[in-house]
Amino acid sequence: MDRLWFFFFGTLNYDSLPFYSTIATIAAGIVVAGALVTFGLITWYGKWTALWKNWLTSVDHKKIGIMYVVVAFVMMARAVVEASMMRLQQALSFDAPGYLPPEHFAQLFSTHGTIMIFFMAMPFLTGLINYAMPLQIGARDVAFPVLNSISLCLTGGGAALMMVSLVLGKFSTGGWSGYPPYTEMAFSPGVGPDYWIWAVTLSSIGTTFTGINFAVTIYKKRAPGMHLFRMPLFCWTSLCTAILMIFAMPPLTLATLFLALDRQLGFHFFTNDAGGNMMNYANLFWLFGHPEVYILILPAFGVYSEVIANFSSKVLYGYRTLVVATMAIAVLSFTVWLHHFFTMGQSSAVNAAFGIATMTIGIPTGVKVYDWLLTMFRGRVRFSVPMLYALAFLILFVVGGLSGVLLANPAVDYQVHNSLFLVAHFHNMLIPGLLYGMLAGTHYWFPKAFGFRLDELWGRIAFVCWVVGFLLAFMPLYALGLLGMPRRLVEYFDPDYLPYTIVAAVGAGFILAAFASLVVQLVVSIRHRDALRVFVGDPWNGRTLEWSISAPPPEYNFAVIPDVKARDAFHDMKRRGVAYRRPKHYSNIEMPMNSMLGPVVAIAATACVFGIVWHIGWMIVLGFLTVWGAVIARSFVRRTKRIIPASEVRRTEERWLAAVSKAPLIARDYETSPANRGLAEAAGA
Amino acid sequence: MKSMMEEEREERRDYLIGLAAAILLTAVPFAAVAFGWFPRGVDYAIIAVAGVLQIVCQFRYFLHIDLSRSKRDDLQLILFSGLICLLMVGGTIWIIFNQYAQM
Repeated sequence: MDRLWFFFFGTLNYDSLPFYSTIATIAAGIVVAGALVTFGLITWYGKWTALWKNWLTSVDHKKIGIMYVVVAFVMMARAVVEASMMRLQQALSFDAPGYLPPEHFAQLFSTHGTIMIFFMAMPFLTGLINYAMPLQIGARDVAFPVLNSISLCLTGGGAALMMVSLVLGKFSTGGWSGYPPYTEMAFSPGVGPDYWIWAVTLSSIGTTFTGINFAVTIYKKRAPGMHLFRMPLFCWTSLCTAILMIFAMPPLTLATLFLALDRQLGFHFFTNDAGGNMMNYANLFWLFGHPEVYILILPAFGVYSEVIANFSSKVLYGYRTLVVATMAIAVLSFTVWLHHFFTMGQSSAVNAAFGIATMTIGIPTGVKVYDWLLTMFRGRVRFSVPMLYALAFLILFVVGGLSGVLLANPAVDYQVHNSLFLVAHFHNMLIPGLLYGMLAGTHYWFPKAFGFRLDELWGRIAFVCWVVGFLLAFMPLYALGLLGMPRRLVEYFDPDYLPYTIVAAVGAGFILAAFASLVVQLVVSIRHRDALRVFVGDPWNGRTLEWSISAPPPEYNFAVIPDVKARDAFHDMKRRGVAYRRPKHYSNIEMPMNSMLGPVVAIAATACVFGIVWHIGWMIVLGFLTVWGAVIARSFVRRTKRIIPASEVRRTEERWLAAVSKAPLIARDYETSPANRGLAEAAGA
Repeated sequence: MKSMMEEEREERRDYLIGLAAAILLTAVPFAAVAFGWFPRGVDYAIIAVAGVLQIVCQFRYFLHIDLSRSKRDDLQLILFSGLICLLMVGGTIWIIFNQYAQM
């Protein structure tokens, strides 16, 4: 009987269910209920076919981009709640056990970090690049549309595994970096580290594909005349991000796979004995981890460059220096990884070399900050929501950067290593840097993606909550770190810490409110979508090609591939009076056909790794064979393109051009009024 | 203008040369180790040289990278990749052996 059970269900049993603590039971209940409600609603409205045909099997870069952002938002909801649970625990745990048992607290900081990096930040930036970059370079899709769908689905599979870990078994307690030897079988015998390993592995493989896809797209799919040095800055940062992804993800995939071999098959890559060297794990992990930091921030830099130029009504200052600075950051990011483990015991000469390299990165970043400031200088700045995020970023990011330059000194780092000072520093980079950038990008491109603007008032409320919440939650952490409070502490006995942890918990409350405001904003905007409609497609008086087409854009993006004559191509077209020209003739357009390869590969791969986590042999074999079987079967498919006939293109374009001719011209000052239908009054620089 | 036939023949010849070179460069180091013809140090040198030549051969015959102007973009990307690999591998060796020396 036992053997039969093991054959079908592996090591799953009653103890895998989350009934060991009330909070875990509630969390699992929410996940299960959420999944059931979602499935129920889709079934109730009969949307399964539509979902499968129009979204899950779609290889359209715009839809894939939107789905990435949806994944990011869903996962952010969970990780933000976990963050505030941890802040509440620390506010309650002075000389008291608080409300979370230590093991649960450790799971929380592990899932919070893993989700925020791999399943919030990465999908978010990948989604924005997927949506905007091909439009900005005047392409109809990315270079490898089906691979793009596979990347998305693999990331989704990893995210699903994270959610499953809430219901079946316990997650790793080894932090988001999963350092051995603690995460080896000898010290973490449960399934937790396996969940972590395989969720991260799926997403890192997907991200490697994404990097290849973006880099090839930018090299090969640019519109005629779109030289590299005419690309919008967001495309440059996308290119550098893509290159970083290609080189930085493989060390992570290797490190996690080596760890898996150690755990499952008795290898000794990172064990204490038998020749293992856990220091090499730290080395490999941060060989990925530091470039990762720049994978996260460069797309945000790109968004800020677009947003600041656009809402200052001015050409971007120092375009060339911004490009060079981006490239410099991309290369330098491969020379500094040791600063994550200054205290691991190498000689001071090694530490000094990497410390100096780390400080060097401050120079190109400083160049960028001045370029953005000078872009605003003497511009007509409109304080729209994306611009507000950009302004908050400029101020707060510099503070975080300065604390980073402090940490780059090995001598200082020895003092604050593993303290809350470090936690404050990297949240200071990631929230005002990455997250504000992604939110600014969402506000900026939302009307392009869905055809209506987001509600301004709720956008402003969310913005205020994000900034207040960030300041209250993380500035006290700098002080706590300097007072000597270590990170990841479930309980403490020093009364000096208490006031700061209480303030930080209040800050976490504001951040929860900020997230809730974003949800309210979305609901309000959808309800008022008719008043916010901008079908013509240029609500912000944009400068780059994505604004030259309707909102939402047709599947084929451009009826005729634009001929680019200058940087800020659409601005140039408006100035020369050639925007919204009716094409001389329409022609058939060839687009890639939908493919179910992505979902099939991802479901099979997720099943395979779920089998590995729980030792379910048949599931491993079946999943593995299905993945490769599907890939091989796909290579025999001959019809991979479909033709959109010229008549259909004509109909779509004529409908849009008719709307263009009827829309009122909107001056910049009135762009947030309901009169804005997406046709901007082109004036000025 | 070269005729299609000619071009195809040239391309096939290139692939065959590449295939032969790749096999040879794989077989030699394997054989050197398997049959123990040389002392160990020489084996290492043979493996290293054959490895580098293998990379050059793959680039030249299968990825069609040469020094001509039209391939400049690809060449730049390869050199960049080389730089990054050098940083990652060189840095790792430096760090790990430094730590080893401290123990």
